[in-house]
Amino acid sequence: MTKAEAEIEKLGKKILNEIREGKNPSMEVPIRSLGTIRYDENKRCLVLEKKIAKRYFFNVSHIRKFVQTVAVAALSKELIEMGKTSHLRDVYYRLVRTIPGTNIDLVDDQSETDRCIEDLELMTGKLREELHINAKKSGSVVGNVVIKDQGDVIDWSALGSGGWSIPSNVENIEFKKVDADYVIYMEKESVWERLHEDRVWKKLNCIIMCSLGQTTRGIRRLLQRLNKEHGLPILVLVDFDPWGYYIYSVLKYGSINLAHLSEKLCVKNAKFLGITADDIERYNLKKHFIRLKDRDIKRIDELLNYPWFKGKKVWERQLNMMKKFKAKVEIQSLSSRGLTFISERYLPEKIKNEDWLD
Amino acid sequence: MTRRVAEELAKKQREISVAEFFEKNRHLLGFDNPTKALLTVVKEAVDNSLDACEEAGILPDILVSIKDLGEDRFRVVVQDNGPGIVKEQIPKIFGKLLYGSKFGVGKQSRGQQGIGISAAVLYAQLTTGKPAVIYSRTSPDRPVRLFHLRIDTGKNEPVIVKEEETDRFVREHGIRIELELLGKYVRRRQSVDEYVKETAVVNPHARLKYRAPDGKEFVFERTADQLPVRPKPIKPHPYGVELGVLERMARFTSARSVSSFLTGEFCRVGKGAAEEICRLAGIKPSSKPQELDHDQLTRLWKSMQKVKLMKPPLNCLSPIGEDLLIKGIKKEFGPEFVVAVSRPPSVYRGNPFQIECAMGYGGDIKTEEAVIMRFANKVPLLYQASACAMTKAIQKINWSSYGISQQSGMPTGPLVIAVHMASVWIPYTSESKEAIANYPEIIKEIKLAVQECARKVGAYIRGKKRLMEKAMRKSLFEKYIPELAEFLSLITGEDKNKIKSGLENYLRGVESDEGGSGDRKTGEENSE
Repeated sequence: MTKAEAEIEKLGKKILNEIREGKNPSMEVPIRSLGTIRYDENKRCLVLEKKIAKRYFFNVSHIRKFVQTVAVAALSKELIEMGKTSHLRDVYYRLVRTIPGTNIDLVDDQSETDRCIEDLELMTGKLREELHINAKKSGSVVGNVVIKDQGDVIDWSALGSGGWSIPSNVENIEFKKVDADYVIYMEKESVWERLHEDRVWKKLNCIIMCSLGQTTRGIRRLLQRLNKEHGLPILVLVDFDPWGYYIYSVLKYGSINLAHLSEKLCVKNAKFLGITADDIERYNLKKHFIRLKDRDIKRIDELLNYPWFKGKKVWERQLNMMKKFKAKVEIQSLSSRGLTFISERYLPEKIKNEDWLD
Repeated sequence: MTRRVAEELAKKQREISVAEFFEKNRHLLGFDNPTKALLTVVKEAVDNSLDACEEAGILPDILVSIKDLGEDRFRVVVQDNGPGIVKEQIPKIFGKLLYGSKFGVGKQSRGQQGIGISAAVLYAQLTTGKPAVIYSRTSPDRPVRLFHLRIDTGKNEPVIVKEEETDRFVREHGIRIELELLGKYVRRRQSVDEYVKETAVVNPHARLKYRAPDGKEFVFERTADQLPVRPKPIKPHPYGVELGVLERMARFTSARSVSSFLTGEFCRVGKGAAEEICRLAGIKPSSKPQELDHDQLTRLWKSMQKVKLMKPPLNCLSPIGEDLLIKGIKKEFGPEFVVAVSRPPSVYRGNPFQIECAMGYGGDIKTEEAVIMRFANKVPLLYQASACAMTKAIQKINWSSYGISQQSGMPTGPLVIAVHMASVWIPYTSESKEAIANYPEIIKEIKLAVQECARKVGAYIRGKKRLMEKAMRKSLFEKYIPELAEFLSLITGEDKNKIKSGLENYLRGVESDEGGSGDRKTGEENSE
């Protein structure tokens, strides 16, 4: 029996005992909220303070989540026993149904099961992957790297235009060869395709990696491993807008939901390569301004209040410029200077000058 | 005994004033249209019957029958078991306007002006040309008198078309009146049906039998066999008397001096107060009241309002009473919850009055908007709701604080509200007695009565809601129990039926010790 399986059984037995003793069955769920996370100056990331909420079965506002969580635990135990893994989406599909003889659906949408899986991680102290639940493949990578994954040897530099698809669980990947000076991580697949087509990774001797929008756990873990185990600097390339800056922030300092995993996921010395307010001046990108909406402005103010941005002149300057412009600029706007401008001019120049923010 | 009452009543009956005016102003008396006319005729006859029975100490047993004769003609028959009327008085009571015993007597009764029934006779005569047919019997050993009467509208005098003895009247004593008139019969609101039903609600001591024009027969049986407390007559209080009434009183009084007129014909006026009034008016206390001219009377009336006097005695009122109101609402509406409140008597402009309210909720009441019934001296008021003090008072209340929602001021839901005002002198907004005038003292009392009922109904609704929520909570738990049992069984290997019965036992335990730990507030996390 794996440790994760034992933890799930422990959880089940505790509930069972309470029922036998005539108590209201309960589970103790660590709380993740603005109130229980804090920025740890020494660790330089978000950490979760241990604070427990009791979830009861016989409580009108708890009962639904209670049953959902037990259902997810039962499913996870089954997966572990069978030696199979399931996708987050599959977990949702396995549980979505109407309770017989009622008009209640056990789950309404995937966010509910996702949330229960996180609760289960926290209660068992096991990672989602150890519970045999994965997220979808979420990004691509290319570079002079050779790895071993489930017995297969894979050369990241010889996988054609698609590159290697990053799985959600990178725990068991073995690095055979890492021949690169740094990693450029970007949020946009289209930019990654441009750079790959231009063979930037070869010319600059780096690894280029992308996700699709939000940085997933698999990517964060892979970046951290490359950084920690092979000493590669991580350079982040995102849009000049609050959401792009937020991606950088999560990557480096963690997020509220996954604060309990900060130590495993955060890349504490990640650098912000672009796009900066100064890039806009230097490369004359003002004509690509897209007006910010009110909620974007609100988001900037929220960022300005993050403990790692607050009082840091470098960051305050960037965010205040954004507010002043009342506009954002997307990475793709660089291609207005020529399709390969980003590969041949922007990136080499920035990297040569070490023109990044920290 | 009833004969004696009838004779006593006869003594008080006297000529009041002239009439032809009303022929041209029938709307003032409630005959504006055929629908309302039919209702008014029934109402005047029934009100008189109820008053007469109560006066004579008889439990009323009243028959109302309306026959559709075609071409908008109806024959209305109202028959009671009251004391009857001596034959000498019959022509004047039914055939002369403003003749009666009730006007200015200072006693709570349904009729107060002495025009109602004779106006009905006049209306019938004007629309169909048929005389009124009246049977009267004052005791079982007396013959039944039958009259066919018309009114000479020029002179305001009765014309006897026919008078005879007959044996066609079956009751031992009482009156039967038959009128043929043009009218229109409707159902539901503002109908005769509604009037009879509402009358039954506030007169549970009366038995009412009603035959509608469509042949349907309704019997409202008696639920109380005690007559209401008999109202005591009181003399008018100086604050409440109108100048016109004062003039008439002064002319007809037998008092020899203004001073004795004031102390003798009004309540709460002692010798000192009478002299004070005269002094303020500049009238000698010894002058003869019959000889005062209009100016002097006006001064006298004004000074009467200025002197400080005690409130009138309050024992002159005959409320319906909380018990009977509750009985009445229960019987006619079948609510699941009913409450009634009788306020202590109060005074407006020298007139004692008392407000009562009854409220029924749920059960057989299925309305979306509250049904509001207004009563004045036990008579239903069916018209001019929006002008009435009762409606205004109800609209002024913030119903949401009783868990009842409000739409354009009126409460909604399965609710029946009955408001009753008892008074020696009901301040109607017009002669047709349809709405109560908006005196602040009256509105305040109505509000207090209605609010007290609403509070109790609100508490009941809240209790009911709590029970429903409890049941819903229980059924929610029950729905999830098999699910938890199944998943927990998968994790632990324990038999799922055992888990199920364990959970069901817990639920039963919580149920029996009320509330339980089920809803304890905990620090369950919110989403980010």
